[in-house]
Amino acid sequence: MTTIDNGVNVQALLDAREVLKGAPEAAQFTWRANSKWTKGVHSTTTIEKFFGLGQEQTHKAETEFASDHPAVFAAEDNGITPIEYLLVGLAGCLTAGVASVAQNRGIQLRSVEATVEGNHDIRGILGADSDVRNGYNDIKVTFHIDADASKEEIEALVAQSQKRSAVFDALTNPTDVTVEVA
Amino acid sequence: MSAERVTTVVVGAGHAGLAASHFLTARSIDHVVLERGAVANSWRRERWDSLRLLTPNWLSRLPGLDYDGPDPDGYQTAGEVVDLIERFAAVTGAPVRTETALTSLSRTDDGYHLVTSAGELNSRSVVLASGACNVPVTPAFAAAVPPSVHQVTPFDYRSPVHLPQGGVLVVGASATGVQIAAELQRSGRQVILSTGEHVRMPRTHRDRDVLWWMDASGVWDQRYDEVDDLTRARRLPSPQLVGGPKRETLDLNALTDLGVELVGRWAAVREGRALFSGGLRNVCSLADLKMNRLLAGFDQWAGITSPAEEHAPTRVPARTRLTLDLGSGEIGTIVWATGFRPDYRWLDVPVLDEKGRLRHEGGVTGSPGLYALGLPLLRRRRSTFLNGIEDDARFVIDHLAASLATPR
Repeated sequence: MTTIDNGVNVQALLDAREVLKGAPEAAQFTWRANSKWTKGVHSTTTIEKFFGLGQEQTHKAETEFASDHPAVFAAEDNGITPIEYLLVGLAGCLTAGVASVAQNRGIQLRSVEATVEGNHDIRGILGADSDVRNGYNDIKVTFHIDADASKEEIEALVAQSQKRSAVFDALTNPTDVTVEVA
Repeated sequence: MSAERVTTVVVGAGHAGLAASHFLTARSIDHVVLERGAVANSWRRERWDSLRLLTPNWLSRLPGLDYDGPDPDGYQTAGEVVDLIERFAAVTGAPVRTETALTSLSRTDDGYHLVTSAGELNSRSVVLASGACNVPVTPAFAAAVPPSVHQVTPFDYRSPVHLPQGGVLVVGASATGVQIAAELQRSGRQVILSTGEHVRMPRTHRDRDVLWWMDASGVWDQRYDEVDDLTRARRLPSPQLVGGPKRETLDLNALTDLGVELVGRWAAVREGRALFSGGLRNVCSLADLKMNRLLAGFDQWAGITSPAEEHAPTRVPARTRLTLDLGSGEIGTIVWATGFRPDYRWLDVPVLDEKGRLRHEGGVTGSPGLYALGLPLLRRRRSTFLNGIEDDARFVIDHLAASLATPR
């Protein structure tokens, strides 16, 4: 078998899985974001630190994310709409999953592209119709994958990637959210 | 009161415990079989009326007891399974003590001490054959379901006529869930089936029972130490099969044709509403892909290249509902087909893992002289089914006999 390389260190992940089976406390991560209002519906969120493997961790660099709304919302469009960040998260998570599963299954990837579309009826957030929900009605992800694999193997990669995706789970299942004023 | 002494105690007089007894007798090892109720107790008291075995009769064999009836391709009813196991008990002459419930099993210097509802015993070895499905498992959020909705588990469920009026939410799409969903929908009720990961299987492949292929192709012979993810394989839901004279396939498409509404995995209850996962399409894709791989593997084993009958991908509704108002009256009953677990409350030997599952290597626990039989994938994939008990029991009793012969 020729060695394939998608750039994913699968062995490290498999090793971690074995170690964390016996150490569930080390598997508890807390991801953090800090946001600051700028003006109007524009805010900036920074992410740098998180907690995991029993201690504080730091990203290589702090990243800044601007949130705003487009001109059709009568805003200045200094950044993407918050709900679009969910698409960023979903695409990033599923794509990472495809690469990891492919690596683990010995499938060489040449290109992986995804289009993510979230259908959103904004009458919900505007309070125009109480029967309309605020969030997405549905989301569709379309992958275009070029790899040394059959169509079935590629479909299985994508299915397995959803099965192990944090963001897919977070979007398809309810999460308990607490918002309070400190 | 002085404790009675026997070499070996077998816990449970179902097919597994009786198979252990069969091989113990063959080796002249003195033993007793403790049974909390009657022989084949769970088949008598903990099964719904219409249940039949998933395996055809010719595959429902026990050690020394091949099927010799007129319908080798049929599927036994629960009552017929009771008859089969009773016949097995009679043929093996198993020393069964019925109505004898075990309340405590602990280690001693030279074996085990057992406290039962009918006295105490000491033994050098013990075979746990008390079953894998003693307690129905329900999610914690079942407690948040409004009291107006009647809740049953497969242990309480008997037939559609016993349920209150109204629609039924069946939770879980294993063999249990799909069988009960189909029967309720056919009885004229509207059924909603909440579906997480499941195992899709056609009843027949190239005109043979799909379990014939599992048996003949060697899939069922795969050993526990050859399985990639053993924990997962042991927890796999039972395949979506039903035993019946028509050899019909009972997958999600068949249920959709009957009028059953599919929803995703039930994730939570919030303000009196059930919240279902939006991930139904993915669990269906996974099940379709796995089924097609299994069937392709059968053909490869058989060297057949002609195309087989196509199985349409699972039809997932364009929009599945994500919430259901439990208080609206739409649903009168919830059937929890969410799995079972063994009951080890009486086990005072440290052989359970952090999730309460028995730790064992192919039926051999880490506590010398303590063995298990009759658990899913105990030694091989076939262990989950009646016909798997023969090889498992032979191995375990061989091991037990060897350990008795070793000087301590």
